[in-house]
Amino acid sequence: MTATESTEESTEERPIGFGRLLRKEDPRLIRGMGNFVDDVELPGMLHMAILRSPMAHARIVSIDKSAAEAHPKVVAVITGADLAEQGLAWMPTLSNDVQAVLATDKVRFQHQEVAFVVAEDRYSARDALELIEVDYEWIDPVIDVRKAMDPEAPVIRDDLEGKTDNHIFDWETGDAAATAAVFERAEVVVSEDIVYPRVHPAPMETCGAVADFERVSGKLTLWCTTQAPHAHRTVYALVAGLPEHKIRIIAPDIGGGFGNKVPIYPGYVCAIVASLVIGKPVKWMEDRTENLASTGFARDYIMKGEIAATREGRILAVRTEVLADHGAFNGVAAPTKYPAGFFGVFTGSYDLEAAYAHMEAVYTNKAPGGVAYACSFRITEAVYLVERMVDVLAHELEMDPAELRLKNLIKPDQFPYETKTGWVYDSGDYEPALRKAMEMAGYEELRREQAEKRERGELMGIGLSFFTEAVGAGPRKDMDILGLGMNDGCELRIHPTGKAQVRLSVKTQGQGHETTFAQIVAEEIGIPPEDIEVIQGDTDNTPFGLGTYGSRSTPVSGAAAALVTRKVRDKAQIIASGMLEVSVADLEWTKGAFTVKGDPAKSVTIQEIAMKAHGAGDLPDGLEGGLEAQICYNPSNLTYPFGAYICVVDVDPGTAVVKVRRFIAVDDCGTRINPMIIEGQVHGGLADGVGMALMEMIAFDEDGNCLSGSLMDYLIPTALETPDWETSFTVTPSPHHPIGAKGIGESATVGSPPAVVNAVIDALKPFGVRHADMPLTPSRVWETMRGNHTPPI
Amino acid sequence: MQVNMTVNGTEISEEIEPRMLLVHFLRDQLRLTGTHWGCDTSNCGTCVVLIDGEPVKSCTTLAAMAAGHEVTTVEGLEVDNVLDPIQEGFMQCHGLQCGFCTPGMMLTARSLLNANPDPSESEIREAISGQICRCTGYSTIVRSIRWTAEHEAGISQGGAA
Ligand code: FES
Ligand code: FES
Repeated sequence: MTATESTEESTEERPIGFGRLLRKEDPRLIRGMGNFVDDVELPGMLHMAILRSPMAHARIVSIDKSAAEAHPKVVAVITGADLAEQGLAWMPTLSNDVQAVLATDKVRFQHQEVAFVVAEDRYSARDALELIEVDYEWIDPVIDVRKAMDPEAPVIRDDLEGKTDNHIFDWETGDAAATAAVFERAEVVVSEDIVYPRVHPAPMETCGAVADFERVSGKLTLWCTTQAPHAHRTVYALVAGLPEHKIRIIAPDIGGGFGNKVPIYPGYVCAIVASLVIGKPVKWMEDRTENLASTGFARDYIMKGEIAATREGRILAVRTEVLADHGAFNGVAAPTKYPAGFFGVFTGSYDLEAAYAHMEAVYTNKAPGGVAYACSFRITEAVYLVERMVDVLAHELEMDPAELRLKNLIKPDQFPYETKTGWVYDSGDYEPALRKAMEMAGYEELRREQAEKRERGELMGIGLSFFTEAVGAGPRKDMDILGLGMNDGCELRIHPTGKAQVRLSVKTQGQGHETTFAQIVAEEIGIPPEDIEVIQGDTDNTPFGLGTYGSRSTPVSGAAAALVTRKVRDKAQIIASGMLEVSVADLEWTKGAFTVKGDPAKSVTIQEIAMKAHGAGDLPDGLEGGLEAQICYNPSNLTYPFGAYICVVDVDPGTAVVKVRRFIAVDDCGTRINPMIIEGQVHGGLADGVGMALMEMIAFDEDGNCLSGSLMDYLIPTALETPDWETSFTVTPSPHHPIGAKGIGESATVGSPPAVVNAVIDALKPFGVRHADMPLTPSRVWETMRGNHTPPI
Repeated sequence: MQVNMTVNGTEISEEIEPRMLLVHFLRDQLRLTGTHWGCDTSNCGTCVVLIDGEPVKSCTTLAAMAAGHEVTTVEGLEVDNVLDPIQEGFMQCHGLQCGFCTPGMMLTARSLLNANPDPSESEIREAISGQICRCTGYSTIVRSIRWTAEHEAGISQGGAA
């Protein structure tokens, strides 16, 4: 913990419940004994590699695979035409669009899947790719998203019947007329064009799968880098027509996900097809270029933001117009009713009179996706928009950005607060979080230092952001993905000796579920976490649920774990009443034991109860033996974590290099389960934010060549670009979550980019700069200093 | 071709394709899967192993180049059921989340601490700057390495750390 972090929480070395607890997953990982997909080795396993398109838009004239098939170690070469014969050339996306598994008619983005090879070893599979001859006929690509709807733009999705343009959807939220009325009478209106460029989650482990189809039993087992194993199983059942009870998805250790491992990728389907056809296990692992250039990217929003305010700095309304680039197939993972995800929270943390957003989403000849990178369903874009615009307003009013925010934050007595776009923020106490961050930063002192440095021509910037996240999707009346309700199951078994197993529908990719969920169960039932095994990532052995993304594990599955434990505890109480020969009402629970009220000597532990539940002898009337339960949790609302961030940067006037000197993060995720893990989640998200603000962008040239297909071109922060994070917290529990927890996985990724950008713009104030787009690389900052800022796309 | 080398203290002799990369040799042929692979361009460092004590990216090294040398992988850090203090440090300070970069990070740290038992924060950051962690934001990795340095200093002075 940092020195600034409060120590109000449990300081026990081994808390039975909430508190700092070392992770249960670490002993295997620090020994190199994790089991990642590429570590899976099965007898007779073959290796698959995918041939990808070198062009962004082209008709496939012919494919000659004979030379590849003649390679002595090649077992099979499959093209789109082969898949089409089986009706498997196309698959559904998470947004009810379709995506080519292997291209049949034409390719629609560079690096699209065209054919695959299965060979006896890794190297031979790759060698054989070079032997496949594909004849392409060039079609002009649509790369500039602003031109996608031009009447003369080539139609990318001519596979869709009757499609005559590149339009995907129009979507609006809020009240256009009411917002226009506020803007008309407002004393101050500011507007700015803001681009959130395409970025990529780039987990250190790329995506991959091992498919093993057993011909006799008809059972398919798929080891896969998936954040949502149950949802994947159902989709495979629907796509490939395999009976769902014969599909087992195992998500073993996963080397980071960040949303990148939510979608179903063509490679997974190809590996399955290969194993079905050949009857042997088949492994497919992407290389880094495949990961960066073909899998779920994030952002790619072109936004016009507007704020209406009074001259005193009262924010009245926010309005935005968005053009969204979804790539060649609409693969965004968003609940069906929310095609732009939860972008509706662009109203931010402020008490507004009106708000309105309109969005148009279009196809371009770029990789599909849109789900990914800790986005909480487009909240990252929404928060960036409003937090950038608030700073633009501060610039216009010549007001301190902290003062402006403090003036407009929603007040504690306004919760639950319904926003002008219809979201109901469950709980919040915003001002103390911002004040705490300012105190930690030494805000006034920093402003003084900045003023002195400006005198000397030095460029120092201080940037703030205040964000509210909406996580924990979601209530099934409103939220589904491909028709699957966004609920999560949980099952708890207490064994006779009082040891437990809890089975989750969600799946960690590094967040530490094995530890956190053991602590939730421990808190509720008093069994030490080391006696609780957390089972996840295996559809044959866990209850159904939608998986880990959008920071939903703690808000949804964590609630399920608490409630299933309470259900078991209720039964334990009845058993205890029989054991102690008192009525249920005469018992009180102290963590780990039931005691007779007023007679502390008469008590039974949960371990004794567990043995009784499974042992010989009678149980109270009507009670079955055993001590286990299962539930499926349907949240009544989302949860709304929030936070206040302050970033301090120095910009070198001679080189325009931005150095993040300090970063202060105060997060409120409600009840805190394991502060060590929470701090880790925040740190990782802050590094992501610095990366997006300063370095990361998936760029394309005008022909649609991806210019960021390697880690040499797609820059990710290292230990040199990141500061020592200063974190702290406030605690405002969620009123509807059984333990009051709100989720933390993405808060920092959502909240940090505007803080960094606001800091850089603040540093550039002497040049009259009011806005500049990410990524704020030295060359882009240099041009901005010279008044030549251009958007990155 | 035939290669002979020492891997985690054991002498081995194996038949390989001359083009085989060390990372694949370790992972696929010797089944030491603690060494990971994460990029095509020598940027990520998830593949770092020690060759004669020096951190090396095994994705950019031919297995043949390691012939005659001593290779240490993450599996070689624990000796006789006793963890290397760097492994302990990463657990104590939450230096890992998904654990994918961790073997490489720990091996670089091991090599750094062998050469410089009391590195400053900036020396640590410099040492691991050729490796990427997408999960931790690095602060806890830096703390893990500092924890180890302090712990080892305690041990070498005969005290408990
Ligand atoms: S695998 Fe990325 S540097 Fe070796
Ligand atoms: S712990 Fe996941 S990449 Fe470092």
